[in-house]
Amino acid sequence: MTGEQIIFILTALFTLGSGFMVVTSRNLIHAALWLVSALFGVAVTYALLSAAFLAVVQVVVYIGAIAILFIFAVMLTRKDMRDQGPQMNSNWWFGALLSVLVFVGLFFLLQGWSGMSRTASAIPAGFDAISELGDALISPDAYVLPFEVASVLLVAALIGAVYVAAFNRK
Amino acid sequence: MVPLSWYLIFAAALFSIGLFGVLSRRNAVAILLGIELMLNSVNINLAAFWRYGDVLQMTGQVFAIIVFAVAAAEVAVGLALVISVYRRRNTVVADEINMMKW
Repeated sequence: MTGEQIIFILTALFTLGSGFMVVTSRNLIHAALWLVSALFGVAVTYALLSAAFLAVVQVVVYIGAIAILFIFAVMLTRKDMRDQGPQMNSNWWFGALLSVLVFVGLFFLLQGWSGMSRTASAIPAGFDAISELGDALISPDAYVLPFEVASVLLVAALIGAVYVAAFNRK
Repeated sequence: MVPLSWYLIFAAALFSIGLFGVLSRRNAVAILLGIELMLNSVNINLAAFWRYGDVLQMTGQVFAIIVFAVAAAEVAVGLALVISVYRRRNTVVADEINMMKW
């Protein structure tokens, strides 16, 4: 077993354990903090895949903005279900069964695919993934239109969020 | 070298955990936490297919970045809705948010 495989297995176990704690912990603040550690494990996975920009964006945007937004939302809505009462609905066993079935189904579907044991080819010398990514995002031949649509979507969503959450007394 | 299958199975497991959270938590904020886990597992798949496919094509990473933007938009709107509902109904339990149930 190479070092990379050991690091991958440790990262995957850490991330899956944190994800399990996110969906099962009773205290929502703890769930949000477990989400931070799961997101950090995913950032390490990006680094293992040599997607450096994605790893940095994961830490800055996901952990720095989205997870903190979750913690704010939990603190703003905390009054009514602190720790008392069931945190799972009455059909939680159905959700557990369905998610196990989805995992088993995906597992067998992937087993039957011929590309599963593919290994990564070496990154060519002098290939700069970050500048290639920047070119792809703003080049008219590539993805400038989806990029601009995503920006407009983000602006619209944030204006909508401000409007929906603003306290307007009728 | 880690084979592609490890990444895909890891992402499938993370997706299933997130799906369990979405289907079985009562708190609306916890449901959104589950959705975040599912979006992250999809992003792992996109990055893995970029790395194990043609590295010179940046499609996988571009898709992952657009998923980041959509996830940020989704969280902002979702949490704003939760806070708005909490102000009006004083609850964040998904079962009790039934104003539109006929």
